[in-house]
Amino acid sequence: MIKLQNVSREYPKRGYALRNVSFEIGKGEFAFLTGHSGSGKSTTLRLVHLSDRPTSGEVLVTGYSSDRVSEREVWKVRRRVGFVFQDFRLLPGRTAQENVGFALEVTGAQRKEIQPRAQRLLSQVGLSTKSGALIHELSGGEQQRVAIARALANEPFVLLADEPTGNLDERATRGVMELFWDINARGMAVLMATHDLELVRHYPQARVLELDQGRLVYDSAA
Amino acid sequence: MYSLREALAAFRRAPVLTGLSGAMVGLALYVVGLFALATYNLQLALSAIEERVEIVAYLRDDARQSEIDLARSELGKLPEVQSVRYVSKRDALAQAQKDLPEFQDLFSGLDVNPLPQSLEVELRPGFRTREAVERISKVAASYPFVEDVRYGRDWVDKLFTLRRVGAVTTAVLGAAFAMVAALIIGTALRIAVFARREEIYVMRLVGAKNGFIRRPFLLEGAMAGLLGGLLAWLLTYATYRGVYSFLFALAWIPQSWIAVGVLAGVVFGALASAFAIRRHLREV
Repeated sequence: MIKLQNVSREYPKRGYALRNVSFEIGKGEFAFLTGHSGSGKSTTLRLVHLSDRPTSGEVLVTGYSSDRVSEREVWKVRRRVGFVFQDFRLLPGRTAQENVGFALEVTGAQRKEIQPRAQRLLSQVGLSTKSGALIHELSGGEQQRVAIARALANEPFVLLADEPTGNLDERATRGVMELFWDINARGMAVLMATHDLELVRHYPQARVLELDQGRLVYDSAA
Repeated sequence: MYSLREALAAFRRAPVLTGLSGAMVGLALYVVGLFALATYNLQLALSAIEERVEIVAYLRDDARQSEIDLARSELGKLPEVQSVRYVSKRDALAQAQKDLPEFQDLFSGLDVNPLPQSLEVELRPGFRTREAVERISKVAASYPFVEDVRYGRDWVDKLFTLRRVGAVTTAVLGAAFAMVAALIIGTALRIAVFARREEIYVMRLVGAKNGFIRRPFLLEGAMAGLLGGLLAWLLTYATYRGVYSFLFALAWIPQSWIAVGVLAGVVFGALASAFAIRRHLREV
């Protein structure tokens, strides 16, 4: 599924963001990626999404290798990997449904399918009644749900989440976490980066990977 | 289809920005249009002057008609020569009386016609150069019955220099104007693309193909180029009408120049967009 083999990432100015990291995430797994800020969590997710490439080592995502996938072909990986962020990255000035529909449209969905599918995705994240609302009219938790619905648009096999609850209050955080577990229960793997150890302790059934200064220092499955 | 819809939607969503980039492209091309107008008219003026480049061979009074006819046909066969006209003494006098009415009295009281007969050699366009003029003059002067050959040496030299200066100025200024226009258009479209960087980001994020992302922007760039080109056409034409009505008569630029200008706007708009979007495609 996802495999990192001796992955290092060095930046010209900042130095090493990751050093010799190896781990595997299997189908349907739920894993937290923890560590202080700057420990390499976001870099790891970006490497899995192939938004960034390792300096050495190899990242494998459903058979696609970071060594061999060209920039022109990277879309093939992206459609199999959903990504949500702390700051949601939604398109302002558009409705919830348009945001989800946009992801469907630009990945080649049939025009007449877009609206019903977007509506279905919004229902899945509990926003069926808010589909016509503009993004700025939604609360933080709702915006994150729209982002999750968008990430699910192409039925990926794994959902990457970079501090998805970082901007949310406790209640919204709980809601979003429940949603992640729902999604996971349907067979989708979830790899979620968070520095919030309180949150991690709340879900003892999840696997925990801990990074420190770019090194993998703990893996609960090992 | 998606591309066209998106490109049109971009106009709808951000009419001010798209309008502004269209206007910037238009103004940039307007400068080029004005330059084309000036260049074209300068060219016309130069070739009008060039048409007056001719060689006159003055003949001796005792030259025989058969000799003159022979020279006329021989000169007429030279590749540079367009036509050779014979002007008799009587024609020369009539022309002088017509051209110089203030000397009417002087001409009418003459017992003998003092003006010589001549051959006026007109050159083909493209051969009105100093070298050609000198060569033909030499040929003409080689006939024994030719008394003198005139072609206004200073005049031809000056014209030649003027044409060279004109060509260099046109090339240098034209290139500079085109470059300025290109930079302005490039900047305008870069701004338009930058305004939509979030969309590009999301498209890359969810796995849209690069070609798919690029296409609406190419179309948008082409449309901005087309709008700008048409605007520039309108502005240039308005300027032309204004100058024509209030300052002096001048010629409107040929249709083919306009077509090339507008087409260049379209192509360049698309290229500039393609170039502007490249950076954003690398972001995710």
